[in-house]
Amino acid sequence: MPVMQTENGPTWRRRTPRASLALWAGWLVFVALTVWCWQVMTKDTIWYFVTDAPQQAADIGSRMFPPRLSYIEKLLWPLWDTINMATLGTMLGVVIAMPIAFLAARNTTPSLLIARPAALFIIVASRSINSLIWALLLVSILGPGLLAGIIAIALRSIGFVGKLLYEAIEETELTQIEAVQATGASGAQLLNYGYWPQIAPAFWGISVFRWDINIRESAVLGLVGAGGLGLQLQASLSVLAWPQVTTILLVILATVVFSEWVSAKVRHAII
Amino acid sequence: MSATAKAYPRRWRRPATMIPDPRWRYGIYTALFVYLVLAVGSVEVNWMRVWEGLDRGWRFVQGFLQPDFTSRWKDISAGMIESLTMTVTATVAGVLISVPIGIGAARNIAPRAVYYVCRGIIAASRALQEIIIAILLVAMFGFGPFAGFLTLSFATIGFLAKLLAEDIEDIDEAQAEAVRATGASWWQLVNYAVQPQVMPRLIGLTLYRFDINFRESAVIGIVGAGGIGATLNTAIDRYEYDSAGAILLIIIGVVMFAEYSSSYIRKWVQ
Repeated sequence: MPVMQTENGPTWRRRTPRASLALWAGWLVFVALTVWCWQVMTKDTIWYFVTDAPQQAADIGSRMFPPRLSYIEKLLWPLWDTINMATLGTMLGVVIAMPIAFLAARNTTPSLLIARPAALFIIVASRSINSLIWALLLVSILGPGLLAGIIAIALRSIGFVGKLLYEAIEETELTQIEAVQATGASGAQLLNYGYWPQIAPAFWGISVFRWDINIRESAVLGLVGAGGLGLQLQASLSVLAWPQVTTILLVILATVVFSEWVSAKVRHAII
Repeated sequence: MSATAKAYPRRWRRPATMIPDPRWRYGIYTALFVYLVLAVGSVEVNWMRVWEGLDRGWRFVQGFLQPDFTSRWKDISAGMIESLTMTVTATVAGVLISVPIGIGAARNIAPRAVYYVCRGIIAASRALQEIIIAILLVAMFGFGPFAGFLTLSFATIGFLAKLLAEDIEDIDEAQAEAVRATGASWWQLVNYAVQPQVMPRLIGLTLYRFDINFRESAVIGIVGAGGIGATLNTAIDRYEYDSAGAILLIIIGVVMFAEYSSSYIRKWVQ
């Protein structure tokens, strides 16, 4: 503990003079960086639009209310599509993520030098790219529609499910696996009776959690043409039908709350 | 003891672990199967279009393997600068706003009224996806990174304030008690009892949110909020898959870099 000599005797200080100087310099660099970033970012900002924003907000707000509730009738089919997109996409993603997780886990990977880094790269690549970007790509490749959305959701889910699952696999207890191995079990039997019972709760928990996130994401995938509620949102936005936009946002909100409730219930029941 | 006694089972079957009651189990299986049939049946796929698209898909894979950084470099670097500056400023602003809200949303140190207000703000921020907030903010503030900055800051509040509040609620009460026993005021309590306990986690969460904000900044550009997303959108619209591949690789690289350096910084802080 650094002690400083003053006129009234020694006093306790939290840091040495050198440490506090370094800390101060660090903060200075950090603040300077932030200010510089701010200046670069707002270089082309038209401040008139920013000062004008409260009026714009009030204007849009007044157009958004009251929501056009009769529009809900036309939203039921896109809602069904959105839920299917999330569910089928999650299933596909989980099915692909499963072998990748076993390749990425330190204790089950066939080769630490090749298979593990490759699996980890797939996981990172899938996690870095948002499902909207996957959808953007797939719509331009496969054409607009639910299929592009399902595959986009699946590709994004691989990284998330794969990462959490391989961490769960690495945490499995060795004694149970050795016990199964001692009975002369084959590799597949080892996975089925040694690893699977240990990771099953985590597996179902992760899947349901990802499904909940995917419901959120699939609601907006239609913005880039992948079907579902987002497509209606895009259509209503482009004709400036704000009362319909409010209705769609309310439906999305209700779906998200519902899926969060379902996922919380299921995870509570499993874990 | 006759020969009719039930033979000892020779085969072992694994008992069901998840749903022990067979009626429930098969009921759920049937319901899932019916749902799957209905769901798959309602997906309309234009297989001709998919077949035509496979060629383009192959070109995308090629573009990803042989990315073209040079021909659109001006647009890519402009987009990256916008994305990165947007991420830095939005993370800083978001953290500055979410710290007081997070403290206010912690049940153990905030008065009841403040608690409900702050929880309300967090719920509002978490309710809608970033992209929808971006659409609304672009409509209000005009195109460009400023709308993106506001979107990311707003989204940061919901994430960071919620986790910070949960952290503060989980602190070791003994230390807070000890500081309170010295006659400390509320500010001193926060400064000397709460802050040292949550600081490492707060720094970790900030770095994690920086990472998320960068990834999101690549998305909100699609609806006009500035950043690399706009460049990417244009590249894909023009079917320039080699440029799109280059942008995606840059995004993956930055995210990987942020992830590794943040795990390094977190180790150093703790």
